Amino acid sequence: MAFITATDLSLGYDAQVVAKELNFSVSPGDYLCIVGENGSGKTTLMKTILQLKEPLGGRIEVGDGLKKNEIGYLPQQTIVQKDFPASVKEIVLSGCQGRCGLRPFYSKEEKKLAKDNMERMGITDLTARCYRELSGGQQQRVLLARALCATQKLLLLDEPVAGLDPKVTAQMYDLIEGLNKEGITIIMISHDISAAVKYASHILHIGEQVFFGSREKYLESKIGRIFLKQQEGGENNG
Amino acid sequence: MDKLILYLQFPYVRYAFIVGVLIALCSSLLGVTLVLKRFSFIGDGLSHVAFGAMSIAAVLQLTNKMLLILPVTIICAVFLLRSGQHARIKGDAAIAMLSVGALAFGYLIMNIFPTSSNLSGDVCSTLFGSTSILTLTAGEVWLCIILSAAVVMIFILFYNKIFAVTFDEDFARTTGTRADAYNLMIAIVIAVIIVLAMNLVGSLLISALVIFPALSAMRIFSNFKSVTICSAVLSVICAFLGIIISILTGTPVGSTIVAVNVAVFLICLIPGCVKGVIKR
Repeated sequence: MAFITATDLSLGYDAQVVAKELNFSVSPGDYLCIVGENGSGKTTLMKTILQLKEPLGGRIEVGDGLKKNEIGYLPQQTIVQKDFPASVKEIVLSGCQGRCGLRPFYSKEEKKLAKDNMERMGITDLTARCYRELSGGQQQRVLLARALCATQKLLLLDEPVAGLDPKVTAQMYDLIEGLNKEGITIIMISHDISAAVKYASHILHIGEQVFFGSREKYLESKIGRIFLKQQEGGENNG
Repeated sequence: MDKLILYLQFPYVRYAFIVGVLIALCSSLLGVTLVLKRFSFIGDGLSHVAFGAMSIAAVLQLTNKMLLILPVTIICAVFLLRSGQHARIKGDAAIAMLSVGALAFGYLIMNIFPTSSNLSGDVCSTLFGSTSILTLTAGEVWLCIILSAAVVMIFILFYNKIFAVTFDEDFARTTGTRADAYNLMIAIVIAVIIVLAMNLVGSLLISALVIFPALSAMRIFSNFKSVTICSAVLSVICAFLGIIISILTGTPVGSTIVAVNVAVFLICLIPGCVKGVIKR
């Protein structure tokens, strides 16, 4: 049984289908990378997995002991967050919110959990700093620590390296790989196909053609080779 | 000073102090959230809706106008805050539309069915709250105290949830926080505060009570808790000073309070500028 199973899933907004006939599953310990061109419905798929959005058709099931609120989520930055006056500690702690239910304040265990996760992400020295004054990479670490407070099972990362410089990008990928090795299942949306084939165990390619399978199969598949070539060509030109 | 002590012996002046400080406290608490959610103008929009509702209530000659004003304002607040992200007409346009529409409609109704001979005086006092704070009854003061206590309680109990929902609604929702319910709660509370605050500064200046303390505090502090506390403290001080000044100099209460808020905001800009200069 898998954490997440999608059957004949179709996605879109206002009855306009952007992706259809998606079949894939995510098992514990997987590192799934979702790739595809802009507008192919990557973010919509992510929102559907998170149940923020209803699928237009098909089914998406959560199972194997994974509860709906045990999916940690690293969203893309919103404009609101860019000038939000909040300390790192407050933000990381807010990841424990789902555990609270109607209880108004955080318990000692939750505060400890937040502290441990800050240590894990190497941001303990930033605890009292203001979120908006941090660099892009530091901000992503803060949000990762927050997501880890919400779950120990499954993390969804939406373009985690967008806007980061190459060095910080590499550090970020290492960090994510480390988490995966600790046993946390990762689903990552990425533009960065070279990183996807380097780190992921499975690839889901959405767009006009759909591919789902292990990394090795993707590298052998026609769609994978074409896409890789295009991206490399694009990067060389740019 | 003598003049102040003399005035404080009148119960209506004491009422004005109590109500003014309480309303300033409540509005500033939610102000931080509203400013960060990009809803700074909701105070303006909703207060104009309240003005429209009030004019209808006046025409219908309801004895207790609150019975009409409060529900109408709450419905509009819910409509504005809930439709926020997914609506066809986006946040700021929706607020502008509602605000101007309700203002025009209210004035129109008051003109077509005049209830008193001094129409422009009535309109002016509703818009700028010129005298109503000095004509409060003991009952209204108690109502205000109870509602303010409720608002402060709600805010403290749900502080962490309000923070989570304000900072990242989607994340809060995926981890099982009922974001819609809290948005609804914020909408209702802000509507109640605005209807209360109409007595103090009138409908045109309510936005100032909501946004200025929050903006001032955001200049000085950089974490959510300090910003919230600072904004509450600044707001209470400003309301207090504003009422004192208006009594001593005979200026209109509402606009004096707002003027004090603006002055405090300008003072709060200084630390930021100094920091900027030092960094350079």
